[in-house]
Amino acid sequence: MIRLIVILAACLGLTVKAGAETVVAGLSHDAISITTNFEGSEILIFGAVRRDRPPPEGSDLEVIVTVEAPARPVTVRRKARRFGIWMNTDAIEVDAAPTFYAVAATGRLDEVMTATEDLRHRVSIPMAIRAVGTGVGDQDTFIEALIRIRTDEGLYQLNEGAVTLRDQTLFDTAVRLPANLVEGDYRTRIFLTRNGEVVDAFSQDIAVRKVGLERWIFNLAHDRPLAYGILSLAIAIAAGWGASAMFRYIRS
Amino acid sequence: MQIYLPIAEVSVNAFLLLGLGGIVGILSGMFGVGGGFLMTPLLFFIGIPPAVAVATQANQIVASSVSGVLAHLKRKTVDLKMGTVLLVGGVAGAAIGVQIFAALSRIGQVDLMVQLCYVLFLGVIGFLMFVESVRALRRSSAGGAAPPPRKHRGWIHALPFKMRFRTSGLYISVIPPLLVGLLVGVLAAIMGVGGGFIMVPAMIYLLGMPTKVVVGTSLFQIIFVTAFATVMHATTNYSVDMILALLLIVGGVVGAQIGTRIGVYLKAEQLRVLLSLMVLIVCGKIAWDLLATPAEFYTLGTPGAAH
Repeated sequence: MIRLIVILAACLGLTVKAGAETVVAGLSHDAISITTNFEGSEILIFGAVRRDRPPPEGSDLEVIVTVEAPARPVTVRRKARRFGIWMNTDAIEVDAAPTFYAVAATGRLDEVMTATEDLRHRVSIPMAIRAVGTGVGDQDTFIEALIRIRTDEGLYQLNEGAVTLRDQTLFDTAVRLPANLVEGDYRTRIFLTRNGEVVDAFSQDIAVRKVGLERWIFNLAHDRPLAYGILSLAIAIAAGWGASAMFRYIRS
Repeated sequence: MQIYLPIAEVSVNAFLLLGLGGIVGILSGMFGVGGGFLMTPLLFFIGIPPAVAVATQANQIVASSVSGVLAHLKRKTVDLKMGTVLLVGGVAGAAIGVQIFAALSRIGQVDLMVQLCYVLFLGVIGFLMFVESVRALRRSSAGGAAPPPRKHRGWIHALPFKMRFRTSGLYISVIPPLLVGLLVGVLAAIMGVGGGFIMVPAMIYLLGMPTKVVVGTSLFQIIFVTAFATVMHATTNYSVDMILALLLIVGGVVGAQIGTRIGVYLKAEQLRVLLSLMVLIVCGKIAWDLLATPAEFYTLGTPGAAH
């Protein structure tokens, strides 16, 4: 039985891009728990390139790492001056934009990957945002604004040169996750490229979950909203009464 | 100490929230305003999503108002009868306000409408109160007897359904207080605040209630309106954040107790000058935001959310 598995594994290993370079990767976390004192997290992504023959001459191996949070719809509004005051005049609805997205690469993204490959694998930040025709002429400026705002907040990160590659074999990078994370499966992808073409890719999910008290409150709020509302009120009234009683006690 | 808020899904400093709650609580206890008109913009500023900020501060106001009312009940400065009449109007008004709010969201101009409401009401009320209270302060410091209490004769006394409000020392028709409650309820629902800063001056200047009674009575009415709002938000938008509320409450209830005691040592005119100044500052800030060229012309929002 064991022998059979070994043979099967060997066959699979050979059939997957025989002779090519493949990624063997690891993550420092495969799950992140959001606790009450969660302050953000740093995940270390590392790995090695496995090859059956010496690396081809004349081109360098490059590595691109992306971490992508679940996408949510977003409304982007633009202000303009009307009657002397600034008000929202135009808006577009972006169907899905990741709540967090980080790209790290061994070099400049446009040098380590061709535009075609970027389009195919949706690697660069603008590719991660999905907005179909919204009827607004200058839709691109809205998307740019979305990226600009989220980049300023540290939610979108483009770290060119942040992946270290040693001897064309070992690579590692660190991605800083901010404290205001949204729950969900964070897809981590690693691409190996040569001459801008993807030679191998790897993908693994990091489960980001609320735990403990955070989990309990969130579930109660969504599953039994009336009970949750009344409980919130009860806490408020008890706290108000408690403080009043305490101050009376201190004074008397 | 950073703390992750389960519903808001952001991480903020716990002491910052306690401090904010405390400061707003002190003001709430001093002036009998819920403090929502201060708390809501402050929460936006520290990065709490607007929907969560509005819903959660309604919950927080319940706590600080309960705390404040108990202190006022001890001193017998709550007109329960007047409070109940205002409450009837308030709940009806809130129901109307929620409909107006929903209609505005559909047009997509809720933000602007809320800001304009703030500027208009805070500006007018702050200015009138400031002028009146400075004049009163000058009269009392110039020596001589205090001016006689304002007597409202004329149209308000010509209305039917008169009722005696013993604590306030008034014998007036129930129609003006009902209308005041209604108006405050509508505005409270649109602006996402308790409405104390509108009700306090309305009680003093329109109904002619004594300032000492006004604060407690306004807090009494606010408890019920904001409790209603909290449950509505929790069941329809799931936007009440219990941890955020708890931190604001702990700061707020302590602040409210301190504020109520500071209020005792200040003269009614001084209280009104301070409240009017605070109202004018907030008004000025919001007006400036509307007029000044913004650094970023674009804003992000969640589709379907109110703000």
